Amino acid sequence: MSKVIVVTSGKGGVGKTTTTAALGSALAMHGKSVVVVDFDVGLRNLDLIMGAERRVVYDLINVTQNQAKLHQALIRDKRLENLWLLPASQTRDKDSLNEKGLGRLMKELKAQFDFIICDSPAGIERGAILAMRHADEAVIVTNPEVSSVRDSDRIIGLLDSKTEKAEKGGKVEKHLLITRYDQSRAGRGDMLKIDDVLEILLVPLLGVIPESEQVLRASNIGQPVTLANPMSAPARAYSDAARRLLGEAVAMNVPHERYNLISRIFGGRAA
Amino acid sequence: MSTSRMSLRLLGRSYLAFVLAPDPPFDEWLAELDARLLHQSAFFSNRPVILDLAALSPTMAETQHVVAAIESRGLRLVAVEGVNADWVSPRLAPLPGTPMPIGMFNPRELDNKPPPRQSRFSLAEKPDLNKPAASLLVEEPLRSGQSLIFPQGDVTVIGSVASGAEIAAGGSIHIYGALRGRAFAGTNGNAKARIFCNRFDAELLVIDGLYKTADDFDPALRGAQVQARLDRDVLNVEVFH
Repeated sequence: MSKVIVVTSGKGGVGKTTTTAALGSALAMHGKSVVVVDFDVGLRNLDLIMGAERRVVYDLINVTQNQAKLHQALIRDKRLENLWLLPASQTRDKDSLNEKGLGRLMKELKAQFDFIICDSPAGIERGAILAMRHADEAVIVTNPEVSSVRDSDRIIGLLDSKTEKAEKGGKVEKHLLITRYDQSRAGRGDMLKIDDVLEILLVPLLGVIPESEQVLRASNIGQPVTLANPMSAPARAYSDAARRLLGEAVAMNVPHERYNLISRIFGGRAA
Repeated sequence: MSTSRMSLRLLGRSYLAFVLAPDPPFDEWLAELDARLLHQSAFFSNRPVILDLAALSPTMAETQHVVAAIESRGLRLVAVEGVNADWVSPRLAPLPGTPMPIGMFNPRELDNKPPPRQSRFSLAEKPDLNKPAASLLVEEPLRSGQSLIFPQGDVTVIGSVASGAEIAAGGSIHIYGALRGRAFAGTNGNAKARIFCNRFDAELLVIDGLYKTADDFDPALRGAQVQARLDRDVLNVEVFH
């Protein structure tokens, strides 16, 4: 059974693309065939984080508009052979996406892959709506601060009304992923606590990704953080989250100071 | 507590308005309207007009064309009905239905199809206050940006009302969860309406037009189980067990 998962947030800059790449590669490392799809038409980034920016020939728009076949646009990852990328177009905008072509593409992807992970653009406009349109599940990426939490709340409302599943009377299964979490700042009250976020959003927690320079370092060398430095705290948190997506019961380790220390030690060695 | 602020009322009021409902073909209908305006130029003078486009089922471009055509004839358009809310300027946004569906989304807007005709509570109809009070049960949390309007009676929410969400009810509002958004009770002029919630953190409370904002609430009430009710012309929020 293939699954379509949208990674969404409402707010920009919270870590949707990082999460898409990290979860996609973690699921691929677990032996699943995975495609990560960039829906941020006009502002594509996923190709950079996947380290495939020089290999883009055809893109999502070409495929939905029948200008290219799906296999021409799919880019296979150089490290994991069961991980693929479908890049967005950088020269077009979100109006170039049409719903019909997208429905056809999603059907084709479902026939080929176990997991189709859609990297949503920020906002609540057409691009974000189309990214969630065919989702079976959603990973809602939230930073522990009020504006991000409120935007996520808004997106959850849209997941319950604008998706194909919701229109048919079903429900998109939702998972909350808290990113850029800093235990010491949460302790000082500079950040919302995890319990506060959960209480406001009322969505089951998929994982907590600690704030870490490893994430930035991985993006800059064009690698998902789970591949760049698998032992780092964020990579392990993403790997746990991926296992939970696969239905495994993994104990929730809310990152502590200790974790930051470990990541610093390993980070130092890897760099 | 400032008493001057307490005297400022937000009231819901019903009044009569003409409803213009063009039927296709629009050009013929417009010619008829023009003929009428020619002979009875004072007919619509200064009277509010609601445009009902359900029969015409126009596209977005056609909607704007029709609105422009009506306005260019000097008619005082106050609202448009029967089309997607996003197709007209916010000033003319379609009147809310009864009850308004949770979530503002209309999936058809992706295909530019007009929404199906639905029964609506419009300013042109007076609510029937003799009917027994209806009630609405909501078993989902209300998310930020969602707006629930139920002028017929009480609303009960099993869940929370998020910051940036709002509920307007003709009767009382009962929230078995946290109220972080806005609640309007007794919108039809019912001073006996009350608002109850299990965890109080509201942005705005209104009963029968009298309101209080977050700044007016006693900080000690935050997080408490409260009820809000009117005592003559004062909106009281108090701990309630």
